[in-house]
Amino acid sequence: MATLGIWIAAFLTICIYSFLYRDNPFYRFAEHLLVGMSVGYIIVLTIYFGFIPYAWTPIKNAVTGETSALGFLTLIPICMGLLFFARLSDRHAWLIRYPIAILMGISSGIMIPNALQTDIFAQIRGTLGPYSVIGTLSAFEIVGAILMVVGVVCTLTYFFFSVEHRGPIAGISKVGIAFLMIGFGSAFGNTVMGRVALLIQRVDFLINGWLGTIF
Amino acid sequence: MFEKLMNIDRRIIFILVALVVIIPMLFTFSIPLNVSEPTQKLYDYIEGLPAGATIMISFDYGPSSFPETEPMAAAVMKHCFDKGIQVIGITLEYIDAVPLADRVMQQVAEEKDAVYGEDYVLLGYRPGESFVILGMGAEIASVFDSDFSETPIGEIPMMQNITNYDQVSLLLNLAAGSSVEGWITYGHTKFNLKIAAGVTGVIVSQMYPYLQTGQLVGLLAGFRGAGEYEKLINAPGEGTKGINTASFVHLLIIGLVVIGNIAFFVQRRREE
Repeated sequence: MATLGIWIAAFLTICIYSFLYRDNPFYRFAEHLLVGMSVGYIIVLTIYFGFIPYAWTPIKNAVTGETSALGFLTLIPICMGLLFFARLSDRHAWLIRYPIAILMGISSGIMIPNALQTDIFAQIRGTLGPYSVIGTLSAFEIVGAILMVVGVVCTLTYFFFSVEHRGPIAGISKVGIAFLMIGFGSAFGNTVMGRVALLIQRVDFLINGWLGTIF
Repeated sequence: MFEKLMNIDRRIIFILVALVVIIPMLFTFSIPLNVSEPTQKLYDYIEGLPAGATIMISFDYGPSSFPETEPMAAAVMKHCFDKGIQVIGITLEYIDAVPLADRVMQQVAEEKDAVYGEDYVLLGYRPGESFVILGMGAEIASVFDSDFSETPIGEIPMMQNITNYDQVSLLLNLAAGSSVEGWITYGHTKFNLKIAAGVTGVIVSQMYPYLQTGQLVGLLAGFRGAGEYEKLINAPGEGTKGINTASFVHLLIIGLVVIGNIAFFVQRRREE
């Protein structure tokens, strides 16, 4: 049975890579199969790990008396969630505002203070922090600290549109563009590494996992 | 010649990449690999933990990204089991990460003779990422009342003395999405939980600001991070094998980028 699975996986892998030559029915078959299987798999997992333990079981236990009637409280969030489907009816579309308002309110209340601390205050501290101990830093670290501030200021200037980008501002924002390009280059290089990793894993499977079962 | 290069059939590049991936796989060799500072930091942190400590691994990747993150999970767990550190596995972002996490945990546990429930446990998936992180800060059992096979958490020996993050020495987030930000925002900022990340190459650039501020104690960057960690624990595995092959592909791509740029500028000068 395992061998059959390996052969199916190898066949589908080759079908997908056949697209590199040109579009063909084998590729389209594998693509549609992947999309269908993925959606079906996720739906089943969501029902099994989401709906059954958090909605079905508490209500069932409350109905059968296995637990207290508190299980019925689950009906409140379920009904709130069902209001999302009100969007499908023009007459009742306004009802969707309630679940969205609750979600927005709770999420914002939880997120804003923590996100401010994480992404604003901590990052400012991290950028300026080295200057408070500059006497203890090596020459390399001092250059790094200076580059950090220059990079942050120049990049933010590039995104500051309330003044016209002429004269010194244009020069500063051009330096900002250079920092951005370095950042994008780094992201591109890492993305290549990630994509290559996926290719290597598949080729490794084809050579050692699949051909290894034949020869 | 440069005109031909600018109009080269992309399938020739595909064939070159395929050859550069396949040929190194047919031979056994090892390319020298220097351990980067972020990987060393994570290793040092775990190395400094006492036996009996607990780390939590959040498996937040799916089948489309496991080749990069799974070798990291295996390497870190080998290190933990060698040192007698307990491992709690959870998944928050990808529901289909549960079978992947189960597979890698079982593989490493078999290799290291680790016992389920005593040395490691997989609690499974819970929806509502940020609320789960916040809930576990108060009490893990309030969110995960059972493990992924529905064994009540109270019946799992290693969970008897673990109530919340106070008993967790490190959270390692193996991620292919935005879950690291969630862990830092809620786990670290609110509960001062130590966070480390092992992420795919696509998102690694976003992680460096958090590393620089100390919000991450360490970082594993894609295939390379896995290979570096394997080197540190002296257990070459999928990461080492992958980075050996990837190095040739990187050289090819660098060469193609350089040639493409030269051809572009030469052709533009001629047109002018």
